[in-house]
Amino acid sequence: MMDVRYDRAPGDIPREETQAWALSEALIYTIGLLVALILTATSFWVANTSLLWQGGVGLGPAVLAIAQMGIHLVFFLHITTGPDSTNNILALAFGLLIVFVVVAGSMWIMADMNQNMLMPSAEPMASPRGSRSRSSVKSVPH
Amino acid sequence: MNIAVVIDSVPQVALPSKSEAGPAPKRIVVAYGFWIFLLSDIIMFAALFASYAVLVRSTAGGPTGAQLFNQATVAIETVCLLVSSYTCGLMSLAINSRNRLGMYLGAVITFALGAAFLTLEIHEFANMIARGATPQRSAFLSAFFTLVGCHGLHVTLGLIWLVVMMVQVAVIGFVASVQHRLLCFSLFWHALDIVWVGVFTVVYLMGVSP
Repeated sequence: MMDVRYDRAPGDIPREETQAWALSEALIYTIGLLVALILTATSFWVANTSLLWQGGVGLGPAVLAIAQMGIHLVFFLHITTGPDSTNNILALAFGLLIVFVVVAGSMWIMADMNQNMLMPSAEPMASPRGSRSRSSVKSVPH
Repeated sequence: MNIAVVIDSVPQVALPSKSEAGPAPKRIVVAYGFWIFLLSDIIMFAALFASYAVLVRSTAGGPTGAQLFNQATVAIETVCLLVSSYTCGLMSLAINSRNRLGMYLGAVITFALGAAFLTLEIHEFANMIARGATPQRSAFLSAFFTLVGCHGLHVTLGLIWLVVMMVQVAVIGFVASVQHRLLCFSLFWHALDIVWVGVFTVVYLMGVSP
């Protein structure tokens, strides 16, 4: 009865993981630190290099940042795909969904509204109003 | 078919299921609740990131990010926070093995690196304000100071929390509740590093490219 399979607290290292990989817990943190440092250095290099096509320079750091966040989650917060980590993963997935909706939705809506505000003249605004008033006149029964 | 026969034919697992085992230990419940809080905190940061991304071009004729940001400072800040996250991880290992000296050593290094990060950031802010780039200057600068300042405020609170935890360990020792708080602190500190990855990428690297 003592060996009940509870969920795992986020941040705790599962014992079977260290046994299976024969890794000490400090080594897991060290691997994470080294990979994160490499990704950070690459990110700064990509942002400042002239070797890459200029249009793609913005995308490089974004991809590297997502990779580095994944490294932090796996090596520092010890989020795994194991069954004892399901609740942590589900909460994280829901959080990421909300983050995506907030960021992508705000940028999309604001870019769209910005475009509408930049109409060069009043003419495109006037024509739909004119057609609507004409149709309303037509639809009034006599 | 008789229900009892069906139940008997199901192979019995040795371990009781979660529903039979009763409530989880407090360490798991506390850490999971704090995990939910951290995710809500990250959603708040997502709103600040979204407002920054919308307002990044609205400089109102004032200074742009490319003129203000110094990437060398940002690189040093990033390394400080990353290494402090690593030493915080080593500190939590020392806590799990009840190694008091290792814990104090990890805490001191984590605090020093966090304080170095904060000093560099305050210096950067003071520099920008001295050059006339105040939060009132443009919508871009308002969004910048809100986003980066909110992260800096979190780091400040984390440093205060770390000092409080060290006092608690010194006074009442490794009680279970103190260990739960230390676990929550390490989760908080790692989450701040994840947010900083987003900050240095979106603000300092992507914001300056034309």
